Amino acid sequence: MTERSNSKSNYSRRDALRLMAIGGAAGLIAPNLLGRPAFAQNPPASPTGRIVVGLSQEPTVFNPLMPHIEVDDAVHFSLFDALFRMDPKGVLQPNLAVEVPSQDNGGISEDGLAWRIRLRDDVRWHDGEPFTAADVKFTLELITNPEFRAWRTAGHSLVRDIKVVSPTELTWRMEEAFAPYLSFLAETFMVPKHILEKEADPNAAAFNQAPVGTGAFKWAQRVAGDHIELVANADYVGEGPYLERLVFKYIPDMTVLYTQFKSGDIDLVDQAFITADHYAEASKLPDRVVMLERGASVESIYLNLEKPQFKDPAVRQALYAAMDRKAILEAIYYGVHTPTETFMPQNSYYYNPNLPAQEFNIERARQILDEAGWVPEADGIRVKDGVRLSFANSTTSGNHLREQTQQFLQQTFAEIGVEMTISNLPAAVMWGDFWLKSQFESAISGVTNVIAGDPDVSNRLHTKAIVAKGGKGSNTGQYSNPEVDALLEKGARTFDREQRRAIYLRVQEIVRQDLPFLPLFAYTNVFGHKEGLEGFEANSNTRVASWHAAVWHWKD
Amino acid sequence: MRGFLLNRLSQSLILLLIVSVIGFLVLNLLPGGPLAQFGLDPGMTQDDLDRLKEQLGLNRPLLMQYLDWAWRLLQGDWGHSFRDGAPVLAVIGRHVLATLLLMGTSTAIAIAIGTWIGIRGATHRYSLFDHLATVGAMVALSIPTFWFGLVGIYIFSLQLGWLPAGNMYTIGDGSVLNYLHHLILPSVVLSLVHVAIWSRYMRTATLDAISQDFVKTARAKGLSERRVIMKHVVGNALLPMITLAGVQLPSILTGALVTETVFTWPGMGRLFLDSLGYSDYPVVMGLLMFSAILVILGNLIADIAVAIVDPRIRLG
Repeated sequence: MTERSNSKSNYSRRDALRLMAIGGAAGLIAPNLLGRPAFAQNPPASPTGRIVVGLSQEPTVFNPLMPHIEVDDAVHFSLFDALFRMDPKGVLQPNLAVEVPSQDNGGISEDGLAWRIRLRDDVRWHDGEPFTAADVKFTLELITNPEFRAWRTAGHSLVRDIKVVSPTELTWRMEEAFAPYLSFLAETFMVPKHILEKEADPNAAAFNQAPVGTGAFKWAQRVAGDHIELVANADYVGEGPYLERLVFKYIPDMTVLYTQFKSGDIDLVDQAFITADHYAEASKLPDRVVMLERGASVESIYLNLEKPQFKDPAVRQALYAAMDRKAILEAIYYGVHTPTETFMPQNSYYYNPNLPAQEFNIERARQILDEAGWVPEADGIRVKDGVRLSFANSTTSGNHLREQTQQFLQQTFAEIGVEMTISNLPAAVMWGDFWLKSQFESAISGVTNVIAGDPDVSNRLHTKAIVAKGGKGSNTGQYSNPEVDALLEKGARTFDREQRRAIYLRVQEIVRQDLPFLPLFAYTNVFGHKEGLEGFEANSNTRVASWHAAVWHWKD
Repeated sequence: MRGFLLNRLSQSLILLLIVSVIGFLVLNLLPGGPLAQFGLDPGMTQDDLDRLKEQLGLNRPLLMQYLDWAWRLLQGDWGHSFRDGAPVLAVIGRHVLATLLLMGTSTAIAIAIGTWIGIRGATHRYSLFDHLATVGAMVALSIPTFWFGLVGIYIFSLQLGWLPAGNMYTIGDGSVLNYLHHLILPSVVLSLVHVAIWSRYMRTATLDAISQDFVKTARAKGLSERRVIMKHVVGNALLPMITLAGVQLPSILTGALVTETVFTWPGMGRLFLDSLGYSDYPVVMGLLMFSAILVILGNLIADIAVAIVDPRIRLG
């Protein structure tokens, strides 16, 4: 720190912020609110060095508002800024906005309908133009432009009457109160009006292949099929960047991705991370830091609740009791993942840790079915009211770990008089109408239930989200509970964190009791980077490891 | 010659039509489609998916989609990638050089070594060399390339550390030497199979030529064995190789699916696999047409070349 104060006589605002952050005066202004332990590290005075991030799919979409997949996020988070960012603890932090609007600070009206956003006044686009409220208005309006091939429109479609009050302030009205929109905005990156408004067709704009953002890194070049290179944005207003170059390297095979991590060709493994079967070996590699980080997805057995076999809660309880989850995790998943009782990510602020723990108990499972009147026939399979306890289980064919899980379950289910057949399908068939329109009997799927870290799970659990019944959403198990519906509706209208927490803790209790799906485990991702790479922190509220490359640097 | 070319051209157009119809049908009848990758995205609603389907024109009748695509193609518009929005020809252009480098090198290695092994095997028939070459060719042909690739990476990259574990060059170092260093392993691995094929064909062709009467005549004239082989045998044995080269020509530009994946080589083979995986219809169709045109051209060039080299053949 002192070395640097000698080298420079007059500080820019950015330097001052950075020094404050390093010096521990972080509480004053925004830069270090993202949870990084500032005291332990010593970033360089000017951007130096390069980090190569390995990705198992190729980022190809650079307009962050267009449909894209996880790996594209890695590039977007480095090039662009949103109004807010979701920190690893699930708390929104201001990014382009100076504050996160709330009912307390007057940014959101009591009825949740009138919103006001205040912006930073010192942000510039990579081409030097100032970033203003007009850019925000343009971005939000582009998303709902019917000519534009937008990515997610949920929440955005409720926004009306966007008014630019001043270059640093804008207001809008919501069609209905919708609290998750705050989180959605954390994944809505702002695009420059002055560039895109000139384009006749925003879908084919030159910008889409040479993006201009406000983020910590600027676009340098893309070698199609190989890598994307970004360079430091020296005028970045937030903390960092400390790296001169940031490279995203596409490696099309999970084994090769790991091999190149081992050989040192890549410095950090991002999506789809290190596979569980390589974890034991990876953790012993010299000069590599390998860590387990809880993810947001939960692997479960989904039951189609409209099938007569699954209507009886006793059947679902018995099946759950007949799952030897510990053995499955240890024997098939290398002990990497974590058991869970809920759909909520375990890192979430809204996670309920007090749910009853599942216990593997074949005797108990049999007893539950006996008491509920399911009687074994001559072939050993139980029957009640003409319904045989026999069903098919489906998942992606060729997914060996899931296939082994199925065989494992098949055996323990047979011991309680339940017949499970295995009927797997290629991914494109499995996750098409078969899954979306609830044509399966039961399925194994890994699902991320929350969107952008927001606890609202209406899309998965609300009755209105059952496509097979004319609804809109992804409630493919056709779960329907009026109490849950009411709680979800209330949760979506409630802005207060504590009140929301109470609501979603209750939802998890009811769902644990109803067992519309049987949780197998919560995904844990195996992250890895070279020793000496500092500033890295995982964030399960985002889909990528590279959510905050601005603060990465090499130890000197 | 002119009649021949016209005839070939009309045949080719019919072929292209058939290829495009079958390709288009198979592609569109495959379950999934370009929006399947978003099926598990928690933030995308059914409304979003329906809207995108409409915006991409995927909800029109298949025949309409085909005619629209074909009509644009006839006007020189190959369409735009669904993934990155770039024109299909530009997408192909970005990948074709990488493939040309890899496939060109490995084919050159294969032709040089394969021809030599083939001739030597034929002139030293049933020698130890011939037996080893035969067994070697069988091994190379029967073991999948990706296995050779992974073994090569394990030995030469991870254990010995001599060669890079893949990639076309080190990022930040674009020197010729760096490219060459990265080229060694994949091109050698890829050429293994081609050496095997070339050597077998060359051996057979050489044996054919050796037993011809003109070879006996040449020997009877008192020419040295070396001269007989080099001038009379090899010259004739290379004729069928021209046809083989014509068949192989397209692959120099269309790439190697597996090798490019194992060695993370940003070429055409991987582009095809990726585009297929994402159901990027315009790019897949573009690649299909591109390869079909190359196959037609390759064969045409081979036929013309044979006619030029071999005075017995007249095109017409």
